[in-house]
Amino acid sequence: MAISREQVEHVARLARLALSEEEIERLGGQLGAILEAVSKVSELDLSDVEPTSHPLDVVNVWRDDEPRPSWPLETALANAPDTEDDAFRVPPTGAARSEA
Amino acid sequence: MGGGSKVTVVDTLRLTAEDAAGLLEGRELSAAELHRAYLDAISERDGELHCYLRTVDAAEGDGVPIALKDLVSTRGVETTAGSRILAGYVPEFDATVATRCRQAGLPVLGKTNMDEFAMGSSTENSAYGPTHNPWDPTRVPGGSSGGSAAAVAAGLAPWALGSDTGGSIKQPAALCGIVGLRPTYGTVSRYGIVAFASSLDQIGPLTKTVRDCALLYRVVAGRDPCDSTTVEVPPVEIPEAEDLKGLRIGVPTELNEAEGIEPGVSEAVGRAIELARELGAEVGECSLPRSVEFGLPCYYLIAPAEASSNLARYDGVRYAIREPADAYMEMVERTRDAGFGDEPKRRIMLGTYALSAGYFEAYYGQAQKVRTVIADEHRAAFEDFDVLVSPTSPTVAFELGAKTADPLAMYLSDVLTIPANMAGLPGLSIPCGLSDGLPVGLQLIGPQFAENTLFRAGHALERALGFDVVPERYR
Repeated sequence: MAISREQVEHVARLARLALSEEEIERLGGQLGAILEAVSKVSELDLSDVEPTSHPLDVVNVWRDDEPRPSWPLETALANAPDTEDDAFRVPPTGAARSEA
Repeated sequence: MGGGSKVTVVDTLRLTAEDAAGLLEGRELSAAELHRAYLDAISERDGELHCYLRTVDAAEGDGVPIALKDLVSTRGVETTAGSRILAGYVPEFDATVATRCRQAGLPVLGKTNMDEFAMGSSTENSAYGPTHNPWDPTRVPGGSSGGSAAAVAAGLAPWALGSDTGGSIKQPAALCGIVGLRPTYGTVSRYGIVAFASSLDQIGPLTKTVRDCALLYRVVAGRDPCDSTTVEVPPVEIPEAEDLKGLRIGVPTELNEAEGIEPGVSEAVGRAIELARELGAEVGECSLPRSVEFGLPCYYLIAPAEASSNLARYDGVRYAIREPADAYMEMVERTRDAGFGDEPKRRIMLGTYALSAGYFEAYYGQAQKVRTVIADEHRAAFEDFDVLVSPTSPTVAFELGAKTADPLAMYLSDVLTIPANMAGLPGLSIPCGLSDGLPVGLQLIGPQFAENTLFRAGHALERALGFDVVPERYR
């Protein structure tokens, strides 16, 4: 099942991956082959079957709505690549490129 | 000078965790000395094997030291999950399983090598270089918990924790000739574990013996308020009986006759099943009609889909590496492209595709229904049997580089471990023989929460088989 270049680029954009030209070709090709293999699931008629999203029969677990200590700021920022005052600092989010 | 102190020679190749605990209890050596003995063994043998990404010098605890797969968050100790995108990341907290080990007094020996983000079956997808199989260093140890499995097999750790999503504990245990347990989903906390696929990931023990496995499972298992998917666990029984009287063992045709199983593997497993009969088990055939054929495609839709969501957090904003860029989105995209290896990229894209508008029902939605079918087929088999058996891996350890060119060929390594995992079932792999001088693993699958049955069956078989877990080249 060939996956088109547009589809590969679309998926890469959704997944926030800046693929190189080489990657688009190579990984795109592999993706096509893998999709072909996993499409096998559509061979089964499962219209009467309930989907399973979780292997155990469990329900939501609640705790009492009481405040608990959280992390101090320094701990939360400890691994940050770049900070300013009490915040993570990142490059500006202004539209530097258009999203097709 | 206080001379005359007895020097206890620690044979780390042979020592089980239980033996080590005995030495400590009998004060034959201190925890610090035991820890040092393993660090010395690592200096001697790990240069060739590369089981460890980093070691911890000081023994913090008075118990038997343990190696942890590098996706277990350890406070103050770098945790990379085998990926460049987490290079330099030092967690500010411990995973619950790490906390439980610490509370049990087990010093951390180090963090072991793994396929990046637990995606792989050979540990060749590590961004830090592969681990080599102690039985034959030209071969893979299996994956993704290859570092942990090889460390235990090579006497570089008395026991270790790994993780299993599609077979990443069971398969490396089989390829390295040791014991590995993938527990029932929900019995071991995933808090602080670098997530791959949240409805499948489980942490479990890799050990030399089934008793050691049960002992370590008892340390880490149990409900955790920090992980809402965990549940209460039945009390763990450390196995003693050496017979299998009354145990009904099912041999699913599709698992035991799947395409790609090497003849030597079949033979070794066949002999183990015969042995089970001699030990008093009732052995019969059964069928899992669609679980094996549709297990792999089901897994390779659900796991990547969940991974595409779990790996979205690696964006260069809050931790680890960041690629320079003038704009935010560029920074995120370049960081992810630079930090992730090929396999995570493939799986993220596959998962994103399977979840995207227009494709969700046909791919992810359908896979979720296949998952129900697999669970139902196993449930039906367990009405007549207590344990199902099969080879763990279709092959013995393959050569480094043999399967890296074709992702699909690598995925087939998991064909026998995946079905049980989709149903959330526990699976134990024990070494049952050799084929061409390389270990063969026997997989024992149980219903949910049947770990004690697996321990019982595994222990009795282990004692009867008498498999020597020390790789021949070290004896």
